Amino acid sequence: MATVKVRIPTPLQKLTGGLGEVDGDGNTVKDMFESLETKYPGIKERIYDEEGTMRRFINVYVNEEDIRFLNGEGTELKDGDDISVIPAIAGGI
Amino acid sequence: MSFVQGLRCRECGREYPTEPVHVCEFCFGPLEVRYDYDAIKRVLTRELIESRPANMWRYRELIPIDGEPTVGLDNGFTPLVKANNLGRVLGLNNLYLKNDSVCHPTLSFKDRVVAAAVNKAREFGYDTIACASTGNLANSVAAHAASAGMKSYVFIPHDLETSKVLGTSIYDPKVISIRGSYDDVNRFCSEVAAVFKWAFVNINIRPFYGDGSKTYGYEIAEQLGWRAPDNVVVPVAGSSLITKIYKAFNEFHDLGLIGEVNTKIFAAQATGCNPVTAAIKAGETDFRPVKPNTIAKSIAIGNPADGFYGIKVVNETGGWGEDATNEEIVEGMRLLARTEGIFTETAGGVTVAVAKKLVEQGRLKPDELTVIAITGQGLKTIEAVEGSLKSPVVIEPKLSEFEAIHKKL
Ligand SMILES: Cc1ncc(COP(=O)(O)O)c(C=O)c1O
Ligand SMILES: [Zn+2]
Repeated sequence: MATVKVRIPTPLQKLTGGLGEVDGDGNTVKDMFESLETKYPGIKERIYDEEGTMRRFINVYVNEEDIRFLNGEGTELKDGDDISVIPAIAGGI
Repeated sequence: MSFVQGLRCRECGREYPTEPVHVCEFCFGPLEVRYDYDAIKRVLTRELIESRPANMWRYRELIPIDGEPTVGLDNGFTPLVKANNLGRVLGLNNLYLKNDSVCHPTLSFKDRVVAAAVNKAREFGYDTIACASTGNLANSVAAHAASAGMKSYVFIPHDLETSKVLGTSIYDPKVISIRGSYDDVNRFCSEVAAVFKWAFVNINIRPFYGDGSKTYGYEIAEQLGWRAPDNVVVPVAGSSLITKIYKAFNEFHDLGLIGEVNTKIFAAQATGCNPVTAAIKAGETDFRPVKPNTIAKSIAIGNPADGFYGIKVVNETGGWGEDATNEEIVEGMRLLARTEGIFTETAGGVTVAVAKKLVEQGRLKPDELTVIAITGQGLKTIEAVEGSLKSPVVIEPKLSEFEAIHKKL
């Protein structure tokens, strides 16, 4: 199982005890979020909606690449990968 | 006097106080300004608006600041041009152009959003404004910061047109050019904004900023003699403008200022960056991000923040989306210039080219009242037309030389 660095956006830092960066484990993005839920209960409902799909306004990047250009939630992770969780409405010109 | 009641999440409805925040803490949805429409309805009449100076502040009650504006006082109220010549070429008998290529002071519709954002930033007590920009926003932020006596930081992708860069630097802001696309700049800026406590107009000030572009829609309705058009063709990047134009018509209707709104909203993008129009054509409700590759750099956003809502507005109103290739964009710019004497930038070339396609597809009908949104200035993107225009003929200042060539001109 890969261990990765996950950057947590400000609104979710209340759930990580104020940490802006935490370790995550999992072979895919989806597994990694599952593992975060056990460490930081409550984080999953913020990232996934009631139907279990990732919320529309969350973008996830693996090593700076939007996972929608990779394999989505199935994107495979390897040790040391950098994951960023960023609100989609970050900007817009 | 303020008519703003606070902010509300567009997705889940959670409410927030009037603060420099833009994302719902719970679901990450975008926050929108809530207005006290009942109070606005009691004071805002056509007569009151018409009695005010010709600038965007004539709709003051619908722009989300608390006090009187102190900067950007002359922005907006650009011409709505009846375009008979272009209409004849396109086959549209009732065509108008909303011409923000001459918006004061930096020649794009961004002067509207920035005026709203900078006034709000001042009210929040900021002394520094910042933005991530594809060029026009950079020009406008830097200019307004200068006139407001504020500091500014402007983040742009490294490959912008010369005029967009120099037209920013002249105001003496801090300009940071990022090796990457606009989408990279934008993502990067959201990290900068978390660390540096600045008023990022399109990040933490975004709800207030976005509502500045409603004035583009209000003006269209007022200038048409207090009615909404049948069709509007809008250039789309982040998808903010397109949603705010529709919101503007609906607010005017709800306030009793205009009648029914049956406007179809059409999205125009470049073929090299068409996440929104591709989704519309595919009948999808959300977009897939793309990596932009187009001469229309001002609208080269592959991951549009409000893309979901842009698609929704088009689908709900019965509009459509089309895109234009680089060649079609240049031809659109040239067509507008030679028929109407208006030199627009690449984004305007996109809208003209897309309007042409929409007529050919029978989606814009000849007798309907159509407005094409011209949102930026051609002198800022001269690179796009370089090489496709006739060069001047060079002669000596002698009548004989002129007589020899003048028939061939
Ligand atoms: C000239 C011009 N037109 C249209 C747009 C699109 O605006 P929006 O990002 O709100 O879709 C932009 C955005 O930068 C622009 O510069
Ligand atoms: Zn929400």
